[in-house]
Amino acid sequence: MSHLNGRHPALPADRLTRVENFGHSIAAPGYVFRPTQPGQVADLFHAARKQGFTIGLRGAGRSYGDAAINRGQAVLDLSRMRRLLAWDPHKGILKVEPGFTIQNLWQSTLEDGWWGPVMPGTMFPTLGGCLSSNIHGKNNWHAGPIGEHVLEFTALLPNGREVTCTPGKNADLFHAMIGGMGLLGVFTSITLQLKKVHSGYLDVRAWAEPNLARILAATDEGKDHDYIVGWVDCTAGGRGLGRGQMHSADYLPEGADPEPAQSLRVEHQALSPNLFGIVPRSIIHQAMKLGFHNPGIWAVNTAKYTLNRTLGHDKRYWQSFVAFNFLLDYVPDWERAYGRGGLIQYQTFLPKAAAAEAWRDMLRLCQRRGLPSYLGVVKRHRPDKFLLSHALDGFSLAMDFKVSDRNRHKLHALTADLTRIALAAGGRFYFAKDSALTAADARAYLGDETIAKFQVLKHKSDPHGILQTDLYRRCFSNE
Amino acid sequence: MTLSPDLTPLTPRKRAVLVGASSGIGAALARELAHRGYALALLARRAGALDALCREINAAAGDTRAVAYTHDVTDYELIPALFQKLLADLGRIDSVVYAAGVMPTVTFTEYNFDKDKAMVDSQLLGALAWLGQAAALFERMGEGQIVGIASVAGDRGRVLNPGYGAAKAGFVTYLESLRNRLTRRGVNVLTIKPGRVDTEMSRAAGMTRGLYPVGKTAAAIARAMHKRKQVVYIPGWYRFLMLGIIHTPSFIFRRLKF
Repeated sequence: MSHLNGRHPALPADRLTRVENFGHSIAAPGYVFRPTQPGQVADLFHAARKQGFTIGLRGAGRSYGDAAINRGQAVLDLSRMRRLLAWDPHKGILKVEPGFTIQNLWQSTLEDGWWGPVMPGTMFPTLGGCLSSNIHGKNNWHAGPIGEHVLEFTALLPNGREVTCTPGKNADLFHAMIGGMGLLGVFTSITLQLKKVHSGYLDVRAWAEPNLARILAATDEGKDHDYIVGWVDCTAGGRGLGRGQMHSADYLPEGADPEPAQSLRVEHQALSPNLFGIVPRSIIHQAMKLGFHNPGIWAVNTAKYTLNRTLGHDKRYWQSFVAFNFLLDYVPDWERAYGRGGLIQYQTFLPKAAAAEAWRDMLRLCQRRGLPSYLGVVKRHRPDKFLLSHALDGFSLAMDFKVSDRNRHKLHALTADLTRIALAAGGRFYFAKDSALTAADARAYLGDETIAKFQVLKHKSDPHGILQTDLYRRCFSNE
Repeated sequence: MTLSPDLTPLTPRKRAVLVGASSGIGAALARELAHRGYALALLARRAGALDALCREINAAAGDTRAVAYTHDVTDYELIPALFQKLLADLGRIDSVVYAAGVMPTVTFTEYNFDKDKAMVDSQLLGALAWLGQAAALFERMGEGQIVGIASVAGDRGRVLNPGYGAAKAGFVTYLESLRNRLTRRGVNVLTIKPGRVDTEMSRAAGMTRGLYPVGKTAAAIARAMHKRKQVVYIPGWYRFLMLGIIHTPSFIFRRLKF
């Protein structure tokens, strides 16, 4: 809790701003600082220690829950600390500041034949945010989370220390700050090993699957592809429960693309600003609003599945990296289509054997409560060595839910019940997506030992508890 | 003592700041809002009365619903720092209610600057200092609610208590300005104009007859807050009474004794 005291405000009133989650479903005031130099971060830490306020770290603000919100206190937005510090086009080693985005990354390196080894579904997050969440892509089985491709990072800790971490040096902090949700320190530089590619295209296959068991089987069988992902129609019931469409994709071997220098160009990758050549993408989300209610979404999901099943079944084509990886950027501001109340995403990670049954129960429960997920996505995962890891040997199912003032309490009750099912099945969760867990839930999947380890590191690097977010107080408070 | 946290980020509790909460309409409104599930920061000069009210509210809720902050609204220069502390402690503020104000007894022939100044200081200047902070926050948030407990006394300059009427008239006009500035930003500004309400302040001023129960007054304010009304008279029929009074020609009004 705060100890802001005395005659004069500790924080400058003109920095007070509305701070939201990506889904626009959670908002709180915060005093937002946007420095460009590490020295300014050190100054803010000093002020926080002296005057007793807390600081929440924020990148591009793309997390779905309350991970980058620090209600009523300081928010340190690192998106302007975004210099490219070094780039080696021969070895594919990139060193950047934390505000450097995924978009900055591919636009800086792709023409040299290097692509991000792990890419999220959107290009707008910062790398600092990606490391803090330890993001994964549609290639998690193959490539692991982004943390496995970090050669080194430097960080400024709230205790005033500057540290350099590699998988071997300060290994504890390395494996805790990656995935540590910005609660241990601020990245000041990040060094990444990128992936060599020989074309700007991926070899993509698309096909439909009639139910959840088949989707999961296909996701598992397809795990040797470079990328594998399934879309699930969460509105379908009965025998079609969990039906959807699979996409696999593979990098092209050297020589397959006759003109790699063409396909690797930024201009070649970029999505055209217009859909069908005439409809500006920037207005699509306005039109989508009209269909973003239960009947509308049922119709869209059904139509999409029917098309996938017929015209689009078993198709094979080349697709640009950008179009395949950053599907969420296809419609700019798509999250606005959910309307005033915004959306949340609820993502569970379940062990391979337990997934099908638990998700069938969960999908049915959502439908019974009249709160179907508007979008479902399945991926294949494997465990990793990071402290607050969300991964395991199994699958994840991400579900987007519309939030409105009327359904908030119902939605909360639903996610609480879904969490119960997931925990009973040995499930795990992902802080970058979460807005539903309680501290007891977090303890249940992370385990006492992991939480104790994290708290020891937290106490060492942040003895005054300066780095806090709404997520931290929610999931790591002492129950 | 810290307020009980929200269950989840999706289901936040409404949070209100009540300035002038230790007695009268302020205290009744604190009870009413706590009963409606609000989390409250209660401010007043009298620490003893305020602490007792918090204890009573928290015991009834079985939960920390109300936290006390001792504060004199005429300590204007402390208000920005205190507002920042409230924001840090509460995390979010949905409503700021200004219910503070003193009303010393003034006789028909009395012209006492100290009494008049005390009323203007607490009823008007304190409101400007507090609600300016609230307005800046709500404007940036694009949401929120400002509630001013004014009075029917501001509708017309009456013989009874010139300083009180002037302070309340200034307050009502200030609230109207805030409303005109902030409605376009998604903020609701609610002006409450109680008539004769059964409070210590009214009784100390010698009112005994026709007093409206303070509990019913608080319930009416909470309803108006929920419905995001603009200007509300309590009891409701005072709207028509005051319409008559406002339109009473001066040559008659000069001869009246209330």
